[in-house]
Order: sequence, then structure tokens, then C-alpha cells
Amino acid sequence: MEILIHQILAGLATGGIYACMALAVVMIYQAIDHLNFAQGEMAMFSTFIAWQLMQWGVPYWSAFLLTVAISFAGGLALERIVFAPLRHAPVLSHIVVFIALFVIINSLAGFIWDFSIKAFPSPFGTRPLFELGLLSAHDAGMMGVTVLLLVLLYLFFRHTRIGLAMRAAAANPESARLVGIRVGWMVALGWGMAAAIGAVAGMLIAPVVFLEPNMMLSILLYGFAGAVVGGLTSPGGAVVGGFAVGVIENLAGTFIPHVGRELKLSIALALIVAVLTIKPSGLFGRRITTRV
Amino acid sequence: MPPKIAALGKTAEAGPGTAPPGARRLAVAVLLLAALALPFFVKNFVVFQFTMALIYAIAILGLNLLTGFNGQFSLGHSAFFGIGAYTAAILIDQAGLPYWLTFPLAGLVCFVVGFLFGLPALRLEGIYLALATFALAVAMPQILKSSPLEPWTGGVQGIVIVKPDAPFGLPLTADQWLYFLTLAISLGLTVCAFNLVNSRTGRALMAIRDNPIAARAMGIDIALYKSLTFGVSALYTGVAGALSAVVVQFVAPDSFTFVLAVALFVGLVVGGVGWIPGSLIGGLFVLFVPNLAEQVSKGLAGAVYGVILILVIYIMPSGAAGLLRLIAERLRRMVGQGRDDPAGRRTR
Repeated sequence: MEILIHQILAGLATGGIYACMALAVVMIYQAIDHLNFAQGEMAMFSTFIAWQLMQWGVPYWSAFLLTVAISFAGGLALERIVFAPLRHAPVLSHIVVFIALFVIINSLAGFIWDFSIKAFPSPFGTRPLFELGLLSAHDAGMMGVTVLLLVLLYLFFRHTRIGLAMRAAAANPESARLVGIRVGWMVALGWGMAAAIGAVAGMLIAPVVFLEPNMMLSILLYGFAGAVVGGLTSPGGAVVGGFAVGVIENLAGTFIPHVGRELKLSIALALIVAVLTIKPSGLFGRRITTRV
Repeated sequence: MPPKIAALGKTAEAGPGTAPPGARRLAVAVLLLAALALPFFVKNFVVFQFTMALIYAIAILGLNLLTGFNGQFSLGHSAFFGIGAYTAAILIDQAGLPYWLTFPLAGLVCFVVGFLFGLPALRLEGIYLALATFALAVAMPQILKSSPLEPWTGGVQGIVIVKPDAPFGLPLTADQWLYFLTLAISLGLTVCAFNLVNSRTGRALMAIRDNPIAARAMGIDIALYKSLTFGVSALYTGVAGALSAVVVQFVAPDSFTFVLAVALFVGLVVGGVGWIPGSLIGGLFVLFVPNLAEQVSKGLAGAVYGVILILVIYIMPSGAAGLLRLIAERLRRMVGQGRDDPAGRRTR
């Protein structure tokens, strides 16, 4: 029983990372209606920028805010420069451009900052939160920030004009344009926000997994998985999904004999596929009906 | 996201199919002659590279049948490629079967696996299917490495195979022989793909892609056809995998990661989704462009590759198929302006 609780808490701690990433994934999905495969790399690059700023002597919170601002601008620019000319290209071509961005950003980061592993400071400290030492202060802080982001996003999308305009632009670009929404800029704004959220996620994750160009590879996958399990249309679902994936991964690794530890990634993924076959739009997602 | 999938399907007619049949036959003949002459003029290593390009082309063709003609996403075809390769390697290594017998067997195994995977995939659409197949791709190397399978797969070490020599005392090097074998198999599979696409079954597949609801209303068994397509697609990719095992003489779990799946996907889009000859262009792209990028800059190879990829998509947003169609269209217009078309082909 003690093992079980221990593993669930440890799962929640890693789940916090996935939840953070899943939230960023869902954000951009809402804004542009695609899964962005380069999302993890964008977050990694932002984290490197923060690291560089701190190396130059900028204090943590200033670097944090500056990085979020730079990432926002970067995401915006990326959409305007790379994707705006391709608006009418087929969906599959977009995915190829995501893949291209992925390798470009990864390779650039390796070129500028090399592939050695770097430590990244945590604003919350790393001492254990309780006596048992199951959750560190950083884990708790990360969960707190994730939930805070979620609430802010909820308020933004539900209760501001621009949030409503963004949702409209994603859901039905043609009609949105007809009522005077500048769809192109809304999409760009979505990119900017997703990049900014990714930057926050990256800076929270980096103290745990350490900073290097490939740090986001598996995290992005789990983030996708969390987002899909929760439902791509529901930011709250994505966060729950992220935590669930972390817990499932840990429990499978501990309790399934023999193959559990070796195949814990596969088992987590198989469970996700199982969830999808039962609830195809995720646990909390809306079923999207199309008119024939 | 069904409307978008339908939209991507529109590239199905994107091929330069409007070229007159004579010109097309000529193009095929020239290409074939070039392909036959090639191994006698270049070094063995280049022959090996072209063999690999053909193998990727077969795998991309499989993916094309699934995505281009049936509208189902897959980011997991590296898994089928790996299963095919391992089936061939294990049969040669443990059962001592002759290598040529393993190709159909690997195809068969992959057909069954693909069909079975296609059944749960029926419930998934668009991005969800992409993720499920992506999960398959990510899980495959781990499964191949896992200890219960180790007696057969050799774990992390993989399996080493001996390269077969040319049979019947043909005056060919091993590389040349494997090249011709691969060429023959890829030609055969391409003809099969053409026939499949142009058959009643092919029309059913495309009807499902373009409008599943209307297809069902016309009495097409969607579940059956979708899973069958998954099976056939996996079969093609599995045969390609088996060929690669023999040509590379080695299989290891880390040759079949999702990086391969992504490469196949890129090849599919670059060649042209839903245009069968595009698979060859895709295969060549997948093999040669990363090498090219590495030659431009060692440190920034990834960035160069990515930039090339983005430029390619800028120039031809719907792949080589779209570009060729555009060129064919321009040419036809130019020729058409020169003389009145007596057949009235343009007024069609």
C-alpha cells in the first residue's frame, strides 16, 4: 500500500511535467486546429534563451518574464513568416513543415549551445515538501503554476473579447472573417501564446530533466498523449490527462511483472490507444459533429 | 477533422495524369532503361544507395495507399518496416530459410499485423489516428529490445545476415543483384498498386476517403475496407523492410524508430499524396537529401535539411505531383496556343 501511494505521488510529480506540456499542446490546437510537432523544441529553445540570459547575469524572474515575452514574439513571427504563406497548402504539407521546424530548432540549439547537459535553477527550491520526501517543493510549485495557467487561460478564452475572437477564428475561419475578425492575426496570436506557454513549461521542466537539446523528445510525446486522453478540445482535460499519464506510466513500471519496467512507455501508450478506442475524442473532449 | 482529410484527398488526381498516354509511356520506358543501365555505370556503394531508395519507395507506396487513397493517417509505418525486417532476419537466421522466401512471408506477417491494428484504428480519425500510430512507432524499438523476445530478436545487438550472391552464375556483384531484385519487386508491387487503385476496390477506397457517409450509403463495408487497406499498406511496407534487412545485412531495434516513420511520411508528402509514381521521388528524397544536407554543413545538417524541406513545400505545396501537374498544364497550354487541337482535347 505504501508503495502504491509512493508511486502515485511520484507519478503525479512527473505528471505535472506532462500536464504542463499537454496544456501548451491543447492551446495551440485550439488556436490553429493542428497538433504542433515542433512545440517541444520551441519550448526547449525558449528555455535555452532563459538559461543564456541568466548566464549573462539577469536575475531569475526578470529572465523568466523576458523569455516569455521573447517566446511570444518568436511564436508570432514564426507564424507570420513560415506559415502564413502556406495557409492554403494541404494539411499534410503543414505537418511536414512542423517536422522541418523540429529538426531546424533542434539542430540550431545544438549548434549554439552544444549538446552537453546543463543544470537549470528552480524558483521554488528542490528540498522535499513533506517529511516523507515524496514531493519536492519544485514539483508542488510546478503543479501550482500549471493550475494557475489553466485558470488564467479559462478566463481569457471565456471572458475576453479577444479570447472569443480566437475561438471563433479556429472553429470557423470563414464565418469569423465575415463578422470582422482578423483571422490571420488571431492564428498568429495563438502561436505566440502557445510559444509563451511552452516557454513556461520548458522553464519549469528543465530543473527536473536538465537542459539539453533533446530534453523535450519524450516529454512532448507524453504531453501529446495526455492531451489526447483528456481531449484535445478541453484544456482542463489535457491537464488531467497529463497527470493520468504520469501516474499510469509509474504504476505500470512498478506493478506489471517482468516487462513492466522495460515497456513502461509502450504500456502507457497502449492504454492511451485503449482509451481512444472507447472514447474517440478523449475523456473530456466534445464530440465534434459535422454536417453532411 | 474529416473535411480536411477529404481536402487532402483532392491531390489524388494531382498526378500529371492529364499527359497524353504516348508521352507517359515514353517517360516510363526512358526511366526503366535508365534504371536498368544504372548499376553498370556507378560504384557499388551508389548501387547500394539506389537500392535503399527503391526500398523506401516501396514503403512509401504502402503508406500512399493508406493515406493517399484511403485517407487514413499513419505516423507508425516504421513499425511495419521493422516487423518485416525482423521477420526476414529471424527466418534466415533461425529457420535457415532462403532469403527470397522471406519476402512474401514478411509481407504476410505484416498484412496480418496491419489488419489487426486497423481494427481498433477504425474508431480513430485524423489526429487521433496519427497519435495512435505514432505510439506504435515509438513502442516498436522497445518491444524489439524487450527480454521475452530476446532469444529471437537478439535484443539490442540485433541480427547479422550474410549478403546473398547472384544466383545461376549471373555475372553480377552482390550489390548489383540485390538492386535488380529490388527493382523487379518494386515494379511488380507498383503494377499491383495501379491495378488495385483502378479496380472496384480502389474506387471503394477513394469513396471512403472522400465521403465516408456517402460511401456507406452506397453499401461499401467501411470497416472491412479500411482494415484491409491497413493490412495491404503494412504488407508493402513489410516487404520493403524485409528487403532492407537483406540489403543492409543487419537489423537492430534502433533502425526502426519513429525517425524512420517520420522520414517515410516526409517522402510521401514530397512525392505527392495519392500519386503512385510520387513514391519513387519520395524514396529518392528520403535517401539523398539528408546526405546532401550533411555535405553542406556537418554541424548544422539538421537545420539545412529542415530549410530544404520548407523550401520544397513552398515551391510545391502538394508535392512533386502538384508541381508536375502544373508544368504539364503550362506545356499543354503553350502547345495548344501554337496549333488548334484537332482532337478538341482542351475543350474537355
